[in-house]
Amino acid sequence: MEIKSMRFKANAEASLANVVLQGNLKNAKGKFVTKRAEAIKEIDDFEGTRDAAAAIRNKVIDNLDLWLERFETRAQETGATVLWAKDGAEVCRLVTEIARKHGVTKVTKSKSMLSEEAGLNQALEAAGIQPVETDLGEYILQVDNNEPPSHIIAPAVHKSLDDVADLFHKVHGTPRKTEIPALTREAREVLRGHFLSAEMGLSGGNFLVAETGSVALVTNEGNGRMVTTMPKVHVVITGIEKVIPTLEDLSTLMRLLPRSATGQSISNYFSILTGVKKPEEHDGPEHLYFVLVDSGRADVVGGEFHEMLRCIRCGACMNHCPVYQTIGGHAYGWVYPGPMGSVLTPLYAGIENSIDLPHAATLCNQCGVVCPVKIPLPDLLRKLREKQTDAGLRPLTERIGLRVWAWVAQRPALYGLGARVGARYLKWLAGEDKSIRLLPTAPEWTRGRDFPAPQGKTFRELYAARQNSAKGSA
Amino acid sequence: MANKRVGLFVTCLVDLMRPRIGFAALKLLEGAGCEVIVPDTQTCCGQPAWNSGDKGGAEALAKKAIAEFEGFDYIVVPSGSCGDHIRTEYQGMFADEPSWRDRATAMAARTYELTDFLATVLKVDSVPGDYEGTVTYHDSCSGLRSMGIKQQPRALLAKMKGVELKEMNGCEECCGFGGTFSVKFGEVSAAIAERKCDFIHASGAPTVVGGDLGCLLNIEGKLRRMGDDSTRVLHVAEVLAGDA
Repeated sequence: MEIKSMRFKANAEASLANVVLQGNLKNAKGKFVTKRAEAIKEIDDFEGTRDAAAAIRNKVIDNLDLWLERFETRAQETGATVLWAKDGAEVCRLVTEIARKHGVTKVTKSKSMLSEEAGLNQALEAAGIQPVETDLGEYILQVDNNEPPSHIIAPAVHKSLDDVADLFHKVHGTPRKTEIPALTREAREVLRGHFLSAEMGLSGGNFLVAETGSVALVTNEGNGRMVTTMPKVHVVITGIEKVIPTLEDLSTLMRLLPRSATGQSISNYFSILTGVKKPEEHDGPEHLYFVLVDSGRADVVGGEFHEMLRCIRCGACMNHCPVYQTIGGHAYGWVYPGPMGSVLTPLYAGIENSIDLPHAATLCNQCGVVCPVKIPLPDLLRKLREKQTDAGLRPLTERIGLRVWAWVAQRPALYGLGARVGARYLKWLAGEDKSIRLLPTAPEWTRGRDFPAPQGKTFRELYAARQNSAKGSA
Repeated sequence: MANKRVGLFVTCLVDLMRPRIGFAALKLLEGAGCEVIVPDTQTCCGQPAWNSGDKGGAEALAKKAIAEFEGFDYIVVPSGSCGDHIRTEYQGMFADEPSWRDRATAMAARTYELTDFLATVLKVDSVPGDYEGTVTYHDSCSGLRSMGIKQQPRALLAKMKGVELKEMNGCEECCGFGGTFSVKFGEVSAAIAERKCDFIHASGAPTVVGGDLGCLLNIEGKLRRMGDDSTRVLHVAEVLAGDA
């Protein structure tokens, strides 16, 4: 997917100015937050479960090669083919080759963020193969000129009912419907034909289970089952970090994933798919492929950002992020928005292509406290900022400004003088209003709010005066 | 409880913008029987440098603060954000300098946010001030999520007869300040602040109280820009000291 993260600030400001989007964000806000808060109460030892989940993920990441080999062996024993892709281009090439090999002209897709990373739909189209998104949100976006998703589990969350009503009326050529069940029915009717005619189904994978060679899929619409069982070929595309050791581990992680994501105790559909269709079985693919993708993940193993690989893609961090809630997902400019994206985008798509993202957070740590696998997202964002500074990637004025400020702050006399001058200047600037409308030294602050006036003298000078007068009177 | 030697870290924002918060903290601590000293060479804890990726600047300022505040029984900070920076970040900066790491660890163990110190360590029975009116409380992020500051300020406010606390929805949500975030992404920061101001207005309280000046400046600035000239924005120390 094309990366537009360098335009974060402009994108964010455009989001703020978009009245329709702001209305939609306001409507969506809080639903996942409230439902998650209720759902986690069902777990007796939520903190302990988070610790256990983090430990499972750490165990895998610490020996990723070992667990991947184990998965590969088991998956092959079940009749699956395991392929490895080092980047998005290789994903596109491998999937196109599989499609050609089996004479595929149409592919139904269940949600896969990795296919977004790889830009797979465009590659399939270029090869004359029709990709059809079957997750309702993804379908809405695909028929709206291939708009990118704005959320990892609710891709069309930025759209309103009215938006979808207009869109379906336009692209389906049907009378405009305004009830959600009617719109959903309309999409189902369109998709039914595709489910029946596609020769290949393509899905992501929430987890790969090493002990059984299975893929676990968490979905809510049933489309995942159609995609993975009806066509003769099923291709699973997922990141190499998604492997976990056992089914027991899967059950631990599944206690957290749906609750953290949508606030459901369990998703409507939860599938553990193992191997190809056996002779005595009625459903399932004749051919099963796993395309396991690196795309920057292996480089993160063992480094200072390795904790990010624990991520199970629930989206709780973005649901709870004040910045995400305010600007929506598109502003982040790549596949993964919110705090998760502000770490993943620099790691996978280049730190130099996403200068603003690690800074696009107040470090409020709401993401850190809701993360089901305890990823210290604010710490990782801060480390990325440090890397940017060390590499000279931040604007020169900022770097010099910080240097000068830190140099002065180490010299109390000079700092005190600066503070005294500053306090008086700001007080003068505020005048009678006691509120500064335009701050020349930091105009960015006063774009959206005033800057309150200071008292006019610094604490240190007032305290020194008080100490002196105490001495004088003693 | 008498004669605890407390070093007061007033913070750079209080020094520049609201000295009366520093004096209120002083009054509260002295009123509780502490011997309070304010090292006069203090400037900033270094958090802006640390959060901006300037490790060198952050380390230099951390060493300066560590040296200035050695020898006190406690270090008290009228800010959850600066307090948290000293308590959780200083130690990690000096992985390769064991002597500084040990000094940082020792400082961390003795550092408290003001309301936490008054309520948890000193266990004060009463506070010097009084305040007549309804207030709502904004929980600042670092204080709340990293230092566990939630009940302490409320327990202290409850000791004042005239104060009625009316909780707002979203009291734990970020106000959008975020230090340098507020000047890097001013419009986004102000938009987040607007939501906080809406929560404050919906509470009906004419006064909002908090424990971090950064958040308070952000909230006050947004309220004024929204045309609200009446809602008072106060630091909890001012209220407790009777200086509001």
